[in-house]
Amino acid sequence: MRAVTLSFDGREIAAIEGDTVAAAVLRAGAVSTRQSPVSGAPRAPYCMMGVCFECLMEIDGMPNQQACMIQVRDGMSVRSQSRPDQSSQPSEAARGRA
Amino acid sequence: MAALDVIVIGAGPAGMAAATEAASHGLRVQVLDEQPAPGGQIYRAIESGRPPSDADADVLGADYWAGRKHADAFRAAQLDYTPGATVWTVAKSPLAVGYLKDGKAVLRSTRRLIIATGAYERPVPIPGWTLPGIMTAGGAQVLLKADGSIPKGRVILAGSGPLLMLVAGQLMKAGADIRGYLETTTKQAYLAAATKLPGALLAGGLLAKGLKMHGEISKSGIPVHRGVSGLKAIGTDRFEAIRFNLGGSEQEIAGDVLLLHEGIVPNVQLTRSLDLAHEWVDNQRYWKPTSGPWGETSAEGILIAGDGAGIDGAEAASASGHLVGLQVATQLGALSADERDRAAEPHLAARKRQQRIRPLLDQLYAPPAETICPSDPQTIVCRCEEVDVAEIRECVRTGSEGPNQLKAFSRCGMGPCQGRMCGLTVAEVMAKELGRSVEEVGYYRIRSPIKPLPLSALAALEADEDVTPA
Repeated sequence: MRAVTLSFDGREIAAIEGDTVAAAVLRAGAVSTRQSPVSGAPRAPYCMMGVCFECLMEIDGMPNQQACMIQVRDGMSVRSQSRPDQSSQPSEAARGRA
Repeated sequence: MAALDVIVIGAGPAGMAAATEAASHGLRVQVLDEQPAPGGQIYRAIESGRPPSDADADVLGADYWAGRKHADAFRAAQLDYTPGATVWTVAKSPLAVGYLKDGKAVLRSTRRLIIATGAYERPVPIPGWTLPGIMTAGGAQVLLKADGSIPKGRVILAGSGPLLMLVAGQLMKAGADIRGYLETTTKQAYLAAATKLPGALLAGGLLAKGLKMHGEISKSGIPVHRGVSGLKAIGTDRFEAIRFNLGGSEQEIAGDVLLLHEGIVPNVQLTRSLDLAHEWVDNQRYWKPTSGPWGETSAEGILIAGDGAGIDGAEAASASGHLVGLQVATQLGALSADERDRAAEPHLAARKRQQRIRPLLDQLYAPPAETICPSDPQTIVCRCEEVDVAEIRECVRTGSEGPNQLKAFSRCGMGPCQGRMCGLTVAEVMAKELGRSVEEVGYYRIRSPIKPLPLSALAALEADEDVTPA
């Protein structure tokens, strides 16, 4: 088993080769890993098997990656996702609520 | 002419068995699986076998390690195994499967398709269930199997079913700090299930295993409350406590991690996207694709194996995989019907033995009314788009008549999970509001891509000659 180091929101965390990103981040003590894009409420991995999409994180610059389906790599950069800036978002009507 | 005889989607017990069986009769088989190694969820990480560092290796139990022999047989088979492949589309005519592997999109044609995408845990929509610190019991088990992780802090398990008991036992052995085991199964359900005992006794040691797990939890010293209702997760930015009703009084247990579970349901994402015929299973409140004794679906050339065709458990899934593999070999002329029938005998017997406990389990662990159709208006149903019970009811009142119309009204079911988490609940809430049955209300139409696909990958699609990209 090989130890790897990755970063989560700029903080170095240790993991073991074969770990999923979601598992490594949770084991390192992260509680919330993203904000809901609708209300900004904190969310965290829920199903750990690729079904619920709650574990979406930015991995090596790519947003919306399923962190429970991706294995850690040495030097990987992982970031939690915030709700996009609302001022640049389409209005409620444009989102189909009208 | 398709390059392949068979594509199998999924490398859990059903997919491994179906592929191994088909390949043993000389068919050209490719297996696509999202995970990095065979085993599916039930035998997740069966080959790497990393026990939790501070606990003994028997934490996961003999039933888990039995998966090794299935994985070994699968590895020994002459077939093309493609792990880390995410299927994003399936087409009926010509039969083809699109998948993404290492950022590259591929569209492959095949003479037969075996869907073995199994099941996932029924979503348990209680007030506050989106709070960080709450996950499924199966999710915690994945962490234990694949990553050797034990949830940090005070753990509470709530819900019902064999997996909840199993995970509680495994976490106990692994040294987790369990502060409560809350079972939603009622006394009435236990009494009603007693009528199914004679059949269950014929299911080999399955009943004894269940009773042993039940007894271990009762004796463990963990606070066990049976017959709870009205589960409510409390917390602001994270889970802090579970509130519940027990015999008419409200109680609360503080914790850091809440593990929810109310059984598993077939993953119908692919079969729905193919518009196959489905049927409603009333006591378990789920949809399953209609299938024949050999796994034939309503579409020619497409077969289904394992729990994706209805929940029977891992050993039955393996047996059904063999049966489907034999059927495909027969359809493609590698076996005669007589040869198929002879080879099928042990698998039919194994499946039948496993199925004998199902009437008991289905009766005892029928999902509670509150899980099926949450009554609290603020309970979130669609986690992705944050649509709650009240909003769904309001959409019904303003004219929305089914889940597909609801999408346009509320974006419910249009987030990244594509309705996997809300599909069943949405239909139940709408059916109740409309005074109709769930069967009448129906389910979401599922469209490709069933998993996100980068446009750049689609632009560089590599397709077999006989399939034109849709």
